Amino acid sequence: MKDKLHQIKLKYQGKKMAPAFNAIHTFLYTPNETTHSGGHVRAVDDLKRTMNTVILALVPCLLFGIFNAGYQHYSAVNGFPADFSVLEHFITWDNFWLGAITVLPLVIVSYGVGLAVEFVFAVIKGHEVEEGYLVTGMLVPLIVPIDTPLWMLAVAVIFGVVIGKEVFGGTGMNILNPALTIRAFLFFAYPTWMSGDKVWVHEGVERAGTADAISGETILGYLAQGNTSEFSYSLSDMFFGFIPGSVGETSTFLILLGGLFLIFTKIASWRIMVSAVAGSLAMGLIFNGIVDAGWIPEYSKFYGLMQFDFWKHLIVGGLAFGIVYMATDPVTGSQTNKGKWIYGFLIGFLSVMIRVFNPGYPEGVFLAILLMNVFAPTIDHYVVRGNVKGRMKRMKNATILPKPSDGKAEELKVETV
Amino acid sequence: MSKDIRIKKGLNINLVGAAEQTTSKAPSSNVYALNLDDFHSITPKMLLKQGAEVKAGEPLFYNKNNEDMLFVSPVSGELVEIVRGARRRILTIKILADKEQSYHSAQVADLNAMDGESIRKTLLNSGCWPFIKQRPYDIVADPDSTPKAIFISAYTTAPLAADADYVLKGKEAELQAAITALGKMTPGAIHVSVGNTSTSPFANINGITIHKVSGPHPAGLVGTQINKIDPVNKGEVVWTVAPQDLVIIGEYLLTGKFNAQRIVALSGSSVKTPKYYTTKIGAEISTFLYASGVNQDKFRLINGDVLTGSKTTPEGHLGFYNNTVTAIPEGDDYEFFGWNKPVFNKISSTRALTFSWMQPKKQYDLDTNTNGEHRAFVVTGRYEEVFPLDIYPLQLLKACMVKDLDEMEQLGMYEVAPEDFALTEFICISKQPHQQIIREGLDLMYQEIG
Repeated sequence: MKDKLHQIKLKYQGKKMAPAFNAIHTFLYTPNETTHSGGHVRAVDDLKRTMNTVILALVPCLLFGIFNAGYQHYSAVNGFPADFSVLEHFITWDNFWLGAITVLPLVIVSYGVGLAVEFVFAVIKGHEVEEGYLVTGMLVPLIVPIDTPLWMLAVAVIFGVVIGKEVFGGTGMNILNPALTIRAFLFFAYPTWMSGDKVWVHEGVERAGTADAISGETILGYLAQGNTSEFSYSLSDMFFGFIPGSVGETSTFLILLGGLFLIFTKIASWRIMVSAVAGSLAMGLIFNGIVDAGWIPEYSKFYGLMQFDFWKHLIVGGLAFGIVYMATDPVTGSQTNKGKWIYGFLIGFLSVMIRVFNPGYPEGVFLAILLMNVFAPTIDHYVVRGNVKGRMKRMKNATILPKPSDGKAEELKVETV
Repeated sequence: MSKDIRIKKGLNINLVGAAEQTTSKAPSSNVYALNLDDFHSITPKMLLKQGAEVKAGEPLFYNKNNEDMLFVSPVSGELVEIVRGARRRILTIKILADKEQSYHSAQVADLNAMDGESIRKTLLNSGCWPFIKQRPYDIVADPDSTPKAIFISAYTTAPLAADADYVLKGKEAELQAAITALGKMTPGAIHVSVGNTSTSPFANINGITIHKVSGPHPAGLVGTQINKIDPVNKGEVVWTVAPQDLVIIGEYLLTGKFNAQRIVALSGSSVKTPKYYTTKIGAEISTFLYASGVNQDKFRLINGDVLTGSKTTPEGHLGFYNNTVTAIPEGDDYEFFGWNKPVFNKISSTRALTFSWMQPKKQYDLDTNTNGEHRAFVVTGRYEEVFPLDIYPLQLLKACMVKDLDEMEQLGMYEVAPEDFALTEFICISKQPHQQIIREGLDLMYQEIG
């Protein structure tokens, strides 16, 4: 097998289809490439391993999303179980089966279409197929509503990969996070499928207006209606994720584990995660303070979300998912360590702000991250200027010594005169 | 005034095959050769024709841009071949050595009586000058420059490199002579960095400022020490000399003979009995390589250490600046699912199913496989962990790639040499050729500004 593939690789070297073959070949085998310039040894980490680690951190969210899809559907149809137990009501074959037939097509379409675009671009432009989409392809099905039509997803993926990434030159060159570009495209192109109280539970849209209508409102949606009364979900439901929402974003617990794994493996930046959490808490506290001070009347349409306890913002909606998996994208985020603190803080801060003030759609994390993606180079610019400024200051005290020949030239002059 | 330098950022690459501290005399080589690639930025002009007889220390060629700067033969014998490449560029100069070595000796005046100017002339004419390198640009020092300080690193942290304390043992007299001479060419200090706990022969040398250095690689690189002690600003010049070359300079000043002899570490996991050899600059590597024996047929032979050396063959010759020769296995083989399975036998800067963080003391047997393909820069924040200089490495690399001279200057290009980027290159997830990028950037700057 190893030798056969090597022969094929040699045969197609330099041909147009070589990148497509190499993508599959290097997926099976780490290439036989050796160092030819600079250092003669290299550390073991490559981009494939890096991306693979992020995917590993996402798998629990995907599995949870599959079970939750079934659980939310059956609960909406049959009513929530009175004494909920995870093994009895959540991890069941029915839930898994329903989740699998609704979620896995999203995954397959996301990867199938996205990788096809990547392969086509690699062959046209003659570069290797890059690994960036491996993570994007996994993120996309986790951040869309469960019943997103597959054609819609396919269109969005093509848009996101081509406009969000390939036109800039591929992985590593893009300005906006491709997964969020896809999400934003869906949101603005097909808003009725992306918001409201029907889309978060399987068959919610189909059954709307019929006698069997079901509803699965997200907590944020409920609050945005101005409701302040207690909702049916307990704190632990929110934290562990037994609530409606996009496919993979609901379980703050698993996201937290994924985040800790990414920090431990040193793949994602802890600076961004910590500062984003701090930013969201800060904004939440400001809103709570406004409510406490009585500056906002109870009938205001922002009151519901403003009075929501500041720390609970982290366990509902997509904020935690966005902070851990999307804000930490190294390509579109801030590149300097100082910049990461500012970048992360503003993402958290703006997410909660947009969440509260967005009348149409009570979620802001994807808009906040996209906005900060655009500002990340500016943040880095000022951080790097700080370093440059220090160097320029030091330069003022430079000891520039005369060249030995300077003295000679002087002597010569004297002699000729 | 001594200042302790403690480096925290960095990475020690512990490899199998460190040279045992015993020295044998290598059999003398038939042919010695000077590889012109060693002298970056020098355009050679031959002084002798093929077939000429030379003595050890007799000039072979000079620098076209500075006719006083002579390059001499390491041995006496017959100039048998001048190997030329494209556009008749000289690649290698080969000398068939005499059985009995004779030296081209000169009268050297009393060191204490000479001033800076005469020392400069002496070193230029003797062939010792090229041992002095300069920053900015990491090239052979411009004789028409006055350095604000001179830096010497006698602390070894590079993987499998020759231990400076060991190879300098007993050379105090030569070191002192070289230091005294160098001291007359700068109004500034001569900074010598030694290991924190080492018993360096520099301990009793006069005229230097000793710095005790501790920490992981690149603590031993002179670039790191310059950055911590007295960084190079625009317009400033510092000189650097490797300690083993000080010995040759010192011996010339004391005796008038250019003695190219040097103790070289032969190391690496492909070598059966890694140890030290006494040989000469330009000696054929096979003369001592096979004395120690090799473990496999396919190995990478490196003139220098694994991070900064240049690729060579057993028929190749010891480089002008090298005192380490390393042999490690070639890694031109495929590895099944190498990108996602747990890895225990290779070094990693992450913990992404890699476990080298659990055994920081373990010695690894790395081969030359790149462990992945070349990609655009993706990951951020990783280089900073192994890069102790007060410089943004990723930003500087990118400035070099887009040839933005202003940006390069502002981000600290004057302070760096390619070797400073060897560790970031080692851990680079995108497998970018950092040292090559920096070298090309420095060359561009030298051409445009310098």
